[in-house]
Amino acid sequence: MRAHRYQLIAATLAVFLAAGAARAEQLVLIPSTTTVFIRSNYIGTSVALFGAVQGVSELAKNTADYDVVITIIGPRQTLVARRKSRVFGIWANADSRTFTDVPSYLEVLANRKLASIAPPADLSRNRIGLEYMLPASSEESDAPFRAALVQIESERGVFAEKINASTFFSSTLFRAEIVLPANVQVGTYTIDVKLFSNGNLVAQALSAFEVVKTGVVQFIADAAQNYGLLYGFTVTLMALAMGWIASIVFQRE
Amino acid sequence: MEIFLPIADQPANVLVLLALGVAVGFLGAMFGVGGGFLMTPFLVFLGIGPGVAVASSANYMAASSFSGALSYWRRSMVDLKLSAALFAGGILGTFSGVWLFTKLRASGQLDLLINVSYLVLLTAVGGFMVTESLLFIRRRRYGPNVTRRRPGARMWIHALPLKMRFNRSKIYVSVIPVCAIGYIMGALGAILGFGGGFLLVPMLIYVLRVPTATVIGTSNVLTMATMVVATISHAATNHLVDGVLALILMIGGVSGAQFGARAAQRIPAERLRFLLGLLVLAVGARFAFEVLARPENLYSIGPASESLS
Repeated sequence: MRAHRYQLIAATLAVFLAAGAARAEQLVLIPSTTTVFIRSNYIGTSVALFGAVQGVSELAKNTADYDVVITIIGPRQTLVARRKSRVFGIWANADSRTFTDVPSYLEVLANRKLASIAPPADLSRNRIGLEYMLPASSEESDAPFRAALVQIESERGVFAEKINASTFFSSTLFRAEIVLPANVQVGTYTIDVKLFSNGNLVAQALSAFEVVKTGVVQFIADAAQNYGLLYGFTVTLMALAMGWIASIVFQRE
Repeated sequence: MEIFLPIADQPANVLVLLALGVAVGFLGAMFGVGGGFLMTPFLVFLGIGPGVAVASSANYMAASSFSGALSYWRRSMVDLKLSAALFAGGILGTFSGVWLFTKLRASGQLDLLINVSYLVLLTAVGGFMVTESLLFIRRRRYGPNVTRRRPGARMWIHALPLKMRFNRSKIYVSVIPVCAIGYIMGALGAILGFGGGFLLVPMLIYVLRVPTATVIGTSNVLTMATMVVATISHAATNHLVDGVLALILMIGGVSGAQFGARAAQRIPAERLRFLLGLLVLAVGARFAFEVLARPENLYSIGPASESLS
């Protein structure tokens, strides 16, 4: 019993010492905005993220060689990937797989190739990179569906893995640009930043921003979703009014 | 000039949408049909999701058919009693259509049903119109003074019970086929997002033998009524009607219709029907390609729940 306690204390001490001796870095993150508004003129936007590494002595700053990986995760959703097959000469959706908790937006921004930042085992363990972010597929037959999902979402501009996308402009200050396409979903977008030095994860920090609809867009979307029947009557009246105006114009002809 | 569409959840170019409205309004007025069968496919082609495209075109069709119905009404070219009888079937058809639409969307087969239905309907109706008008033009050109009879032979349909007199159209016909036609049009309109004028007008002429004087006005009234019901039910159940999108299309459609109506007066009716048939066939061919050709990407992704667009 006693021996066990000593072991525990020793282990705790060892962790503290190792952390203290090796690194004391802290990350400070400042996104350029905490709320992205979707107005009627929204066609996509970008959020800049500034970051600073603190807790490093002046001497260490000169020799520091940091890597940074920024992962932005949008609201999660359940998606169905479908595969078409030829049925009686017609291409129809036949096989499908459901993927739960898929981020509606997933971007990985790094200052250089992920493979040169950390070994694959570490990337996998820390879930860094598109490859390791999606829910793992247990069955082999899921793989093509998973790959198709990544491919389609990448084409839509909501999945991306970009190298040279986070840039250090001094040894401890970096900047990255988060590009939001037109078709983003509303909700919370978390920013997860991991700092590496010589292949070791030395610091990690979280930040976030919200995407919200506002103004007319929000009003209409809210009305359509929550007051469907009333909304239906309203747009119908609008249609009939337009038709009536048009018939008056015709009559004058 | 981009505008963010609140329900489609994506920006779209206002000028492109206006141009689409003008084009569909022009063709619709020129051929005396609503043009919904052009609107929905083109919206999908522009990248609007099929659900929003169908529901929003229904709203657009309500506007264009109401304006058509009003102008025919002023010229006493509407058989209101016949419209009401058609609508009795139409309202049931619309509800079944919206129900089926919701089910199919959840199962991932909605796109296929839309594509195949368009393919079958458009090629059948287009082919029929082209051959029929070609025959008529040839007969008139080569044959000795062909007079246009009121078409449609006596069929078993005219032997059905529950006969009713429709005075304005001067027909005496069973209400069973009338309601059945209304039901079919309502269901197709709700699923496919068109008023079905290009389908309804031939059915009224050839099956019920409605005279040309009242056929288009009556068809417009039915289209308006079913599209109103379709818009409201799509809005209440699937939340897919994009009012902003529909409004832009309506503004374009209204302007285009003026020129279309004028153009129609200068072209003989048979030629118009021939041209409409060609147009219908062309859209049908596009769907044939969609369904029969090997898709570029066999995979597609979509939301799992029904409530998402």
